[in-house]
Amino acid sequence: MSDRGKKAVGVETIGMTMRFGAFTALEDVSIKAPAGSFHALLGENGAGKSTLVKCMMGFYHPTAGDILVDGREVAIASPKDASALGLGMVYQHFTLVPSLTGAENLVISREKVPGVIDWRKERAELARFMERMPFKLPLDVKVAELAAGEKQKLEIVKQLYLGRSFLVLDEPTSVLTPGEAQEVLGLVRAMTKAGDLTVLMISHKFHEVTAFADDVSVLRKGRLTGTGRVADLDHRQMAAMMIGDQPIAALDSRADPKPDAEIVLKVKALKAPDRTGLKSIRIEDLGVRSGEIVGIAGISGNGQKEFLEVLAGQRTRDAGDVLVKGSPYGASRAEARTFNVRFIPEEPLRNACAPRMTVAENMAFRTFDLNEAGKPINWIKMSAIRTFSARLVEQFKVKTASLASPISSLSGGNVQRAVLARELTGEVDLLIVSNPCFGLDFSAVAEIRARIMKARNAGAAVLLMSEDLDELLELSDRIFVMSDGALVYETPIAQASVQTIGEHMAGHH
Amino acid sequence: MDATEIGLWGVPLAMLGGAIRVSTPFIFVSLGEAITERSGRINLGLEGTLVFGAMTAYAVAVITGSPWLGLIAAAFAGLCFGLFHGWICKFPKVNDIAIGIALMLFGSGLAFFFGKPFIQPSAPDLPAIPFGGWSDIPQVQAALNVNVLFLIGAALAVFLWWAFRNTRAGLIVRVVGDSSDAARAMGLNPNTVRLLATGIGGALAGIGGAYLSLYYPGSWTEGISSGQGLMAVALVIFARWNPLGCFAAALLFGGAGALGPALQSVGVTQGYYLFYAAPYVLTLLIMIATSSPSRSLAGAPGELSITK
Repeated sequence: MSDRGKKAVGVETIGMTMRFGAFTALEDVSIKAPAGSFHALLGENGAGKSTLVKCMMGFYHPTAGDILVDGREVAIASPKDASALGLGMVYQHFTLVPSLTGAENLVISREKVPGVIDWRKERAELARFMERMPFKLPLDVKVAELAAGEKQKLEIVKQLYLGRSFLVLDEPTSVLTPGEAQEVLGLVRAMTKAGDLTVLMISHKFHEVTAFADDVSVLRKGRLTGTGRVADLDHRQMAAMMIGDQPIAALDSRADPKPDAEIVLKVKALKAPDRTGLKSIRIEDLGVRSGEIVGIAGISGNGQKEFLEVLAGQRTRDAGDVLVKGSPYGASRAEARTFNVRFIPEEPLRNACAPRMTVAENMAFRTFDLNEAGKPINWIKMSAIRTFSARLVEQFKVKTASLASPISSLSGGNVQRAVLARELTGEVDLLIVSNPCFGLDFSAVAEIRARIMKARNAGAAVLLMSEDLDELLELSDRIFVMSDGALVYETPIAQASVQTIGEHMAGHH
Repeated sequence: MDATEIGLWGVPLAMLGGAIRVSTPFIFVSLGEAITERSGRINLGLEGTLVFGAMTAYAVAVITGSPWLGLIAAAFAGLCFGLFHGWICKFPKVNDIAIGIALMLFGSGLAFFFGKPFIQPSAPDLPAIPFGGWSDIPQVQAALNVNVLFLIGAALAVFLWWAFRNTRAGLIVRVVGDSSDAARAMGLNPNTVRLLATGIGGALAGIGGAYLSLYYPGSWTEGISSGQGLMAVALVIFARWNPLGCFAAALLFGGAGALGPALQSVGVTQGYYLFYAAPYVLTLLIMIATSSPSRSLAGAPGELSITK
């Protein structure tokens, strides 16, 4: 274990330029993160944020430019050099080994591990180390059993355990719920204030930047478009630096809800086992009318996922009814087609796509076996699939190298756009959406929300589950709170208060 | 004394003896496979390795007169087979299961080819320790005549169980088996780790083969293995990749396998052939009983191609 008496180091880049062949990913970027500061790096997908930090971490060798650590110029040829200087990175995706315990993960990631590990000694050392950490973590539990927030904390703890005093956090909150995000960033913030750590955080959530960062640098298309104290900037100025003058999709104004509109989705006395199989979820009564968005708020792990899986036909139910337009709905392909039910699940690459099939094939999943008149066909025409998908790709601005690329090669935002295109094309009477904007950047989020609102105004009944309360408040007509497997609170949007909703989410009422 | 004197007690006693005798090759092959699978690869070729190990051990023991040299030769031959499997599998787009099946047939075929001249001569046996000396009942003595390899296998199971948690090598194997990405991020080369793990797995399977030809049944024939190599792979999954579980499962399997001969020895003359199928029926029953439609396999290494 390296010496943790070492204090935070300051890091500075000067004129960083990175070219891949003829393509310039990064041009003349100079940013400065003094020791003990919390620096935010903002930018759209593909703006060069990752390239910049990969140059700093030694994964890439910059075409030009220098890195200073504590004011001295250093050469970083490999991630090993970076870690020797105390620079570390926490990735967006977890790098912990799921079947090992926290303690095993920490010990094995060390540079020097003894041939036979004396667990009594290691445990004592880990306990002493954890005493200095501002948060407690169960180290004897397999990482696979930890919640996302705990994993993220463990990733950060691992970097500190390895003696890093400058950390790059790559969108650290994209897999966390708002509460977990607050907690993790708050703790990191406290460590920078105490002078133990310098942080460079990649993000595209303005409220996080405002709440936690000292300084911000903004990248657009590989160039530094702005930098300054967070205190001197507001969200609009940051957005302008980030996206330039490209227009942001605006939300349609909300068409007036009709209280007597047809109830499209009705769930009665639904009971289903949850993921552990020990508890169950119970939805007593839920109705969604045509032309309204019903939001379901809740901390992740309170049964939202299971509820959605029941509606999607991925999970069997023990009891209860799901009715669409008055008929029992079992989520078969034929029923979904008859009632125009569409789905946008979370993690669309996993839940709504066949990752290795092409973009064109994935986008045609709903329609590939139908002809123009909507009648089943026996012979599938690839040309029809391609023209259909090409039109959608164009319409929904899906960025893909080609229609024949596997959909897993697309970025998260573009996979989401492709799924959205597929699900929102044609008549939609019921739309079920879960966390549609998880981990997406600013303009993609705005566009996806606008599309959902448009579907609502066109008369679709929308059930929206989200862990992002801001999103629910922006889009919903009514909000339910789900806690411990049941819907515990309902409020129309006009009377919704974050305070009350939060209390019900936390289970105090 | 004759078998009827201890009456029906002969059945559990014979099963105990059978469990110890029959389980040894299962123990070695399944421990070897456990190491390989924990590193994220599956080697179905161990059946071929087992047969080739049996032939090598027998041939070397016949030529040199030493069963121990035969054992070492079998382990070495198994190591070569394992390394070969590991080496091929490092190439992209190679499937470890397909290579395993090819090597299974290759190993058996090669063993039959080289083994032809050794079907007739007889080789010295590996030594056994008579733990039954305190009793004057021959069945007890027979049941407790324990081969040293069984004891080594038991010790090895405990050692591996300990080593997977308490040694650097053990943790590295588990890291590589669970997440190639995490392993690379730590500067480990997953292919090298898997190559070595498959090599060690092969060597242990070779030792299992040596036991077959040098102790029980104790001669080299082409039908020496009745699929122990393949069953051992299933045992590993059944044992949830836990070395102690492998040991227990091998014993259970050995005991079930001894049920048929045991019934025969106490004078059951009808239908005992059915009991020869006991291990396989047992496997099926256990697999069905422990399966679940909603849960995926717990404890499976994440990089294993069958669980991906």
